Amino acid sequence: MEVKQGSSAANGPGALVLGIETSCDETAAAVVRDGKEILANVISSQVDLHRVYGGVVPEIASRKHIELIMPVIDLALKKAGVSAGELDAIAVTYGPGLVGALLVGLSAAKAMALALGCPLVGVNHIEGHIYANVLEYPEVEPPLVCLTVSGGHTDLLYIDEYGRYDILGRTRDDAAGEAFDKIARMLGLDYPGGPEIARAAVDGDPQAVEFPRGLLQADTYDFSFSGLKTAAINYIHNLRQRGEELPVADIAASLQEAIVDVLAAKTLAAAQDYGVKTVFLSGGVAANEALRARLRELAGIHGIKVYYPSKVLCTDNAAMIACAGYYRWLRGERSPWDLNAVPSLRLGDG
Amino acid sequence: MKSLIVSTSSPEETLALGRLLARWLRPGDTLSLTGDLGAGKTVLVKGIAAGLGIDPAAVTSPTFALIHEYTGDVPLYHFDAYRLRQPEEWENLGYEEYLRGSGISVVEWGDLVEPYLPAQHLEVQIERDTVHETGRSIEFKAFGQRFQQVVQELGKELQHAHFSYRYCCGNGQCGTD
Repeated sequence: MEVKQGSSAANGPGALVLGIETSCDETAAAVVRDGKEILANVISSQVDLHRVYGGVVPEIASRKHIELIMPVIDLALKKAGVSAGELDAIAVTYGPGLVGALLVGLSAAKAMALALGCPLVGVNHIEGHIYANVLEYPEVEPPLVCLTVSGGHTDLLYIDEYGRYDILGRTRDDAAGEAFDKIARMLGLDYPGGPEIARAAVDGDPQAVEFPRGLLQADTYDFSFSGLKTAAINYIHNLRQRGEELPVADIAASLQEAIVDVLAAKTLAAAQDYGVKTVFLSGGVAANEALRARLRELAGIHGIKVYYPSKVLCTDNAAMIACAGYYRWLRGERSPWDLNAVPSLRLGDG
Repeated sequence: MKSLIVSTSSPEETLALGRLLARWLRPGDTLSLTGDLGAGKTVLVKGIAAGLGIDPAAVTSPTFALIHEYTGDVPLYHFDAYRLRQPEEWENLGYEEYLRGSGISVVEWGDLVEPYLPAQHLEVQIERDTVHETGRSIEFKAFGQRFQQVVQELGKELQHAHFSYRYCCGNGQCGTD
């Protein structure tokens, strides 16, 4: 038998898990071996699927997922050099997210699993983000503290063993990524705002504007970013009313500094309070260099190691779902055929 | 139909106003919230949630997720249209099932998806005070008889609460704007 080289190296031993993710904007599928080796990781926004789909892909739509799901899965299997019959399990996000979007991935996963006689494993999307780290650092063991921070989430967790999550804090209003996005739009920067703010911040003075650090001094692990958002908007409004030019770089740098201050301080405080030596950073905002550097620096002083996924695994993807599903599958977990989409699924619910 | 304009001086007061409003809402109602970024739309929703027996701390901005569902005395469906690039994208969210459902629907940035809102709804427009940074002017405009009643009841309620409020002709001609 001819063994293919490179990315088509699916031959050989090991458990092959197909991951499927459609909880929000992205249609994604991935094939991961033994929870740690990515054979394929297809994300609809990052590949040219227009050719396969034959038209313009709308931005946000369950319909978009319906049109893309099978081409994306086929492409993932093809890139991995794996035939559907070789799969050991199919892992799929069943919440939280938009019900219509979740149902597309879930239905595809069920249909494939049933047809192939292969186990179905439902995965929580937030748990998937945590496993983006496990995927890349399978040797790291809990206990650990994990900060999951994205456009929709700001969750601080204590994990004493994989699969068990203690939510220490979460945002009370806006997610950190949302504050980046909204202020970026006010400044006339592109969407998503996080990378744009980070780019603009390079030339700015992080001390130029003193923005509020929500709940920084409060005796809670919860976060609040709406006060920062409103302060930044007021600041921009006032400058515009006076007809002054916006110091975009300074505002971006100061905004990023305020967000990083709070995220890093609370994460480090949690790590110290719980006496852990390991911190995970995950979610889209985990791609932010300033946040990565600050956490590394603060944690290093206290002998704490910080892990974060490579950038492609920070944002929504299916490789992390395949990895989380692999560990559930290893523990003998199987989802029933009547597994439903749960739009407001919380960590620890399943 | 006259609209009701309530002045609040802090986020806490806006939250308290939401709590009062919740008393007059019932399953099947739709509210459309408009106002700039940072106006306090989510704060008002936190108040409505509190009035429905939902922990206001659990109510967060649905901008990214587009919909948050909360379980209280009745379900609360919290929508956000800010992130949509075209109103048509709204059609793909399955919003109709929510709006006809057994809960109360609140749509932030409702003006962006106006064609899709039910004919009967309550429009709530939040504006910043030009003088006081935390001051807000919150205007309630009823579309349909059901919400004229809600606005009337809310107005009566305000007589006994510590809010300053006034009525406006609703079309900018009464001189109070």
